[in-house]
Order: sequence, then structure tokens, then C-alpha cells
Amino acid sequence: MNPSPFHWFYNCQAADQNRIPEVPIHQFREYILEAAASGKRIASFFVVPSDSDTQRLVAILADENTGKLAILSTFVFDRFASLTPDCPQVHLFEREIAEQGSILPEGHPWLKPVRFHPSWKPGRDVWGRNSQTAPEPSVMDFYRVEGEQIHEVAVGPVHAGIIEPGHFRFQCQGENVLHLEISLGYQHRGVERALIGGPNKRTIHYMQTLAGDTTIGHTTAYCQVVESLADLRVPPRAQTLRGIALELERLANHTGDLGALAADIGYLPTASFCGRIRGDFLNLTALLCGNRFGRDLVCPGGVQFDMTSQSFDKMAEHLIQLKKDVAVAADLLWNTPSVMARFEDTGRIDLHTCRQLGLVGVAARACGAESDCRFHFPTGLFRFAQIPVSTWHTGDVFARAYVRWLEIQRSIAFILDQIKACPQGPIRADEKPLAPNRFAVCLVEGWRGEICHFARTGPDGKFTHYKITDPSFHNWAGLSMALRNQQISDFPLCNKSFNLSYCGCDL
Amino acid sequence: MLIRLLHFVLCLVGAPLLLGIINKTKAFFAGRNGPPLLQPYYDLWKLLGKGAVYSRTTSPVFRMGPVIGLSAVLSAALLVPLGGLPPVLAFQGDLILFVYLFALIRFFIVIGALDTGSSFEGMGAAREVTFSALSEPALLIGLAAIIKLTGHSSFSQMFATLQVGSWASVGPVTVLFAIAMFIVFLTENCRIPVDDPNTHLELTMIHEVMVLDYSGPDYGMILYTAALKMWLLGAVLIGVLTPMHTGMVWLDTAAAIVFLLLLAVVTGIIESSMARLRLLHVPPLLITATALSILALVLVFGGFA
Repeated sequence: MNPSPFHWFYNCQAADQNRIPEVPIHQFREYILEAAASGKRIASFFVVPSDSDTQRLVAILADENTGKLAILSTFVFDRFASLTPDCPQVHLFEREIAEQGSILPEGHPWLKPVRFHPSWKPGRDVWGRNSQTAPEPSVMDFYRVEGEQIHEVAVGPVHAGIIEPGHFRFQCQGENVLHLEISLGYQHRGVERALIGGPNKRTIHYMQTLAGDTTIGHTTAYCQVVESLADLRVPPRAQTLRGIALELERLANHTGDLGALAADIGYLPTASFCGRIRGDFLNLTALLCGNRFGRDLVCPGGVQFDMTSQSFDKMAEHLIQLKKDVAVAADLLWNTPSVMARFEDTGRIDLHTCRQLGLVGVAARACGAESDCRFHFPTGLFRFAQIPVSTWHTGDVFARAYVRWLEIQRSIAFILDQIKACPQGPIRADEKPLAPNRFAVCLVEGWRGEICHFARTGPDGKFTHYKITDPSFHNWAGLSMALRNQQISDFPLCNKSFNLSYCGCDL
Repeated sequence: MLIRLLHFVLCLVGAPLLLGIINKTKAFFAGRNGPPLLQPYYDLWKLLGKGAVYSRTTSPVFRMGPVIGLSAVLSAALLVPLGGLPPVLAFQGDLILFVYLFALIRFFIVIGALDTGSSFEGMGAAREVTFSALSEPALLIGLAAIIKLTGHSSFSQMFATLQVGSWASVGPVTVLFAIAMFIVFLTENCRIPVDDPNTHLELTMIHEVMVLDYSGPDYGMILYTAALKMWLLGAVLIGVLTPMHTGMVWLDTAAAIVFLLLLAVVTGIIESSMARLRLLHVPPLLITATALSILALVLVFGGFA
């Protein structure tokens, strides 16, 4: 057997950047397609810009069977043959590459901008847009269905609810949706570019606000990248506190989502209960660090706030009560026929489509895919304590709601166990400078799904490239697919069942 | 003559209270304090004091909607008795006029919505006319059964003929009519399970989405029209279902008002305890209402009542 062309490594295992294999583009293509065909998932695929004419493309693959990650790179000029026709899960990554690096993925079936920012290569633009002025979001050719009976509905960027901006365009025949096209980019802040030259005082704040509801998830991923680059050992107590915080974040968001799903179908009891219970879970995070969203808790080397045994007792006591409360609220959903009639068979995605699109997190587990970074690529606390992977097989709104409910139960049990078993000791290791010329990749299972951070340091130990892949980036296409041949009036329900991040995708 | 005006005035004053009661009931079940009982009145007052914004794409048709709607519902209010209070106008066939005054309101709201050219409002208009085409037969056939049963086609005579004492004989017909009428009541007033008056999601709305472009006094008129509509349909429903005729005008009227308020509470309880139907499942519900009305008519013709 030929030696693998990839560099294989474990999650959060840093290595010298020379270890990233470089192969010619035709081989790169071949290897990636082969790996994807054999069930490996593309965790990230991006361009690392350089001053010269050639730019580097890097792909990170996740192999759930071996629990290892793989990395491969290639050099391209201004174009390469698109992988999307053979491997649909890279479709959005290639659009991102086209937008950032002005590299044309030839043969891409859906080549449109992702975030509507000027190219990182001044004066070059794949779409030939004027490089002097900033492009306007959503100015592009939308897919259109022609016909006498077809009508088009444009929703957003300003939404009815108090959520983030994004534009949705439906092609409908009567009430039936033939196609939904999603156009984001309204919240592009240029985070990835701003991180270059870091880490500095600002870096951690960027991380905490990548997606405001995933503060712990993204900050943990960043800190683990820094720790593996600086070879920091995080004390066990800090690992446990981080694990608890991550699960509390999951609990709050999943509970909020169950409530929001109920509100969308006008089912008041669960909507009212869950709104309150979500707040209670947020308050537990506040008990941990003084902030309901976990800002400033996780830091490189450990955590900033410790728990006393009294506050652990208090947390356990609240959790036991909340477990009962959330069970009442959730059981109301499953036992009310009018609710189940709305949830079941709405927005269905089959396992094949899920794998092809490379969905992650709750959306993937609701299609029956056993994909959970806490289990397959464990880091920190999850190396020592496991949470069972919760899946459901129907792929509809019910499955996405039910997987959330399963995870709520398991996260509560997990936190209660960890409170009992929390090791003593320091909560933070002293910070050290990052090692020069290395790279690290970290996957963390945020509440939405897999968060992937990649960092590469230069000779001075500063970031020369930083790539963030939010789970929403993988999953937005899933929402589009879920809406095919559905009722347009079910869109808000489907959208809520995914509850994807706009700013996490826009960066 | 004065007593003939009483229900008309009562209806004008009391209609928004029903919305307040529904909201209070929902708040009670959700464990909240909820808005004050008189909030719908405050809202109307607030809207009357505001200016209106008109889209440049709209024509005078758009502005006609609220005015014609309010006039039509006020005309309908002239025809309906409540408890011991007679209507202002009564003639044979007034209930047909009543039904079609509501159709008139709908027509103008729908063309007003189409006039804005918004895809949301067009969608809402399509839904509204689809569902009303199904709820109208339920209402008319049900009323036809009651006409046949009582031999009168005027509300006041019709209600006067029905008696609590005669429930044993006419019960099945009135109950079937009441169920059908209740479904129509929920549909026409955009309540759960057909529509969700509280949703902020335009894509799921039926009635609310058609009036998105109205603001200020125009929107106030639309809300007031909706409140009056609820009161009047409720009055017809309880007129048939609970025909109290003790001869004492005040007692009969008080009982009717209590039943009307109870109807609002029941509506609130339904909204607190079930989810909205999938839009595709609304037509079967309305067809069920029509079927119940037809059954009532068959029972009457068959001499079972």
C-alpha cells in the first residue's frame, strides 16, 4: 500500500508547518476526492494567500473511524478544476476560496460570492466586480425558476424576529417551495484577517464574539489551538470547568431552541417554560464566571474563574430541579398531537444528502449520522469522560428537536457527574509564547456542531494565518435542501430547527 | 326605539374587550401577568393618534380597505340581536346580508393587499380567499339549517323561536351548527389552530400579513373591524347555542354577555393548549365544518329535529 499522501494527526496536535504535505493540484484533487468517497469529511478547505502569484490551498479532513485528522495542501495560480461536481461538501469552501483569493474553481456549478467583500488580492476579482468600491451584499444573480405559475418571495435581510440579517429567496409554485437560495454576508467583519499578527489583547475578544451564542465553543477551540502551539498543559480542574461550561452553553441553547420551535407553531406552554429555563441555564454559566454567556471564562492555559464547593453544590441543586422542569416542557411537545403533526415529516433530509453536504452537529445527528467531535475527536475533558452520541434517524424537524432533547438529558447527567469528580488544583497554566513555524488544528463540538480552528505561526511565533469554520458554514446548504418541496409556511419552523448562526458564517 | 340601539352601542364599546380577555387567558396559562385587560382599547387610541404611511406603489384602492371594512362591519352590527336586546334593523333574509357584508370586508382587504404588490401580502391574500371559500359554505349551510328549523330567516325571529326548553328536540341540529360555527369563528377571527395572531413570521401568516402595510388610524380601523367581527360572530353563535328567553330583558342580556365572555375564555384556552395546524391541514378542518353544517341540514330536512 502506498504511504498516505496526507499528514495524519490527532485533534489539537501541533506540528511543524513543513509537515503539511504539498502535492500538485491534480494529485490533490484525486486524493481529496478519494478520501471523501471513502467517508472522510472535509472539516475545512481554504486558501492561504501569499504575496507571489501562487497561492496555497489547504484541506483538513476528519476521519471518524480512526479519530484522526488529515491535512494536505497544493499550490495554484488563478484557477483550478472545481471539486464540487464530484464532492458537493466543498461547494461553499470553493466559493469562499474564489472570493478571498480570486482563484476560479473552474466548473463550479454555483459560483457566487459568500460574504461580498473585496478580494484579498487587490485588483483581482473572480466576478470582475469593480475593486474600488466595496461590493453590496446579495448583489448577484439569484437562481430563478421561470413559468406562469411561479412566484418569487424575497425575505430579509431585515427579519421579522429579532435575529440576525440574512437574505432568503424562495422560488414557489403556490405554497410549495421549489428552491430556496440563501445569501449571507451582511455581518462580515473581517475577523480572520484581523487575527493575523496575533495573538494579542484583541484576539480573545474576537473569539468570544465570533458567534455570540457560542462563546465557550469558539473560545475553547481558540485556546486549545494556542495551547497546542505553545505546548501548554492545561490543569485538570480547568479542563473540567471548560467541559462544564461547554455543556451549559449547549443546555441553554438547546432549551431555547425547543422553546422557539414551540413558539413558531404557536404552542404556548413549551414556549413559555423553555424561555424561563433557558435563562436559568444561562444563570448557571453566570454562577461559574459572572457572565451569562461565558465571556472571559476560557483563556489560554485554563480558565479565569474557579468554583467553590458551595457554588458547585448550588449548581448541582439547580441542575436537578431544571432537569425536572425541562422534562415537563419537552414531554409536552412529544405528547401533544398538534405539535407532532407539525414536527413530523417537515423539512426532511436523508442520510445520503446529509453526508454529501457534509452536515455537522445536531443537523447531522438528526439524520442518523453518528458524528460528534466530543466522541470522535475528543480533547480536554472529553478524553477522560464520554458523552454518548445522540442520534435520531428521521432527518425532519422532529428529529432535530428530539436530538436536542436527548442531548439536554445527557449534558445534565454529564455535568452532575463532573461536579462530583472535579479534580482539585490550579485552574490556569502560565502563558508561554507560541512556537514559531508551526500549525495546529482544533475541533470542538459546539452546541451547533463542529467548530474547526486552524492556525499557523510565522518565524516570530505570531499567527500568519488563522482559519475559522463555524458549523453553520457546513449546514446552511442543509436548510436549503430541507426546504425543497416543503410548504413556504413551514420555512420559519425549518429554519428554527437548524438555528444556524449568521455572524459565525459571515465572520 | 332606544332599546334597539342598545346592542349596537354595546357592541361598539365592548368588542375590544373580547381580545383583552383572550390575551389575559393566554397569559394566565403561560404563568404571566399579561397586558392589561383594556390594552386593546389603549392600542386603538394610540393608533388613532398616529400618522399613516403609504407606500408609493399603492393606489386609492389600498386606502379604501379599512374604511369600507369598518362601514361594512358597522352595518352588520345593525342586524344582530343579543340576549334580550333587539337589533336596529330586522327583516327576512337579514342573515344573508350579514354573511355577505363580511365577504365585502374580505374583498376589500384582499384587493388592498394585492394593491401593495408585496409578495408576502399576495401570499396572504391567496390563503385568505382559499380558506374563506371553504368557511363560507360552512356558515351559510349551517344558517340554512337553522332557517329551516325555525322557519325564519331573520336573526331576531330565529333566535326568539329557539328555546332552552326545546333543546331535547332541536339539540342535535344546534350543536352541529355550533361546532361548525365555532370553527368558522376561529377561522374568521384568525385564531389558533387556523392562524396565529401573535406570530411575527410573515411567511406563516394569513390575515396579519395582508394588513402589514397599514399603519396609524388605518391599522386602528382594521383592528377595530376585527374586534367587532369577533363580537358579532360570537353573538350569532351564542344566539343559537344558548337561547335564554326568560322575558326579562336585562337578565337575558346579561346571560348573553357572560356567554360571550366565556367564548373568549374558551378561545384563549384553545390557544394555550394546542399548536397551529400546518397550513395544508386547514382546508380539511373547514371542510369538516361544512360537513357538520350539511349534516345539520339533513337532520332538519329528514324531520329528526
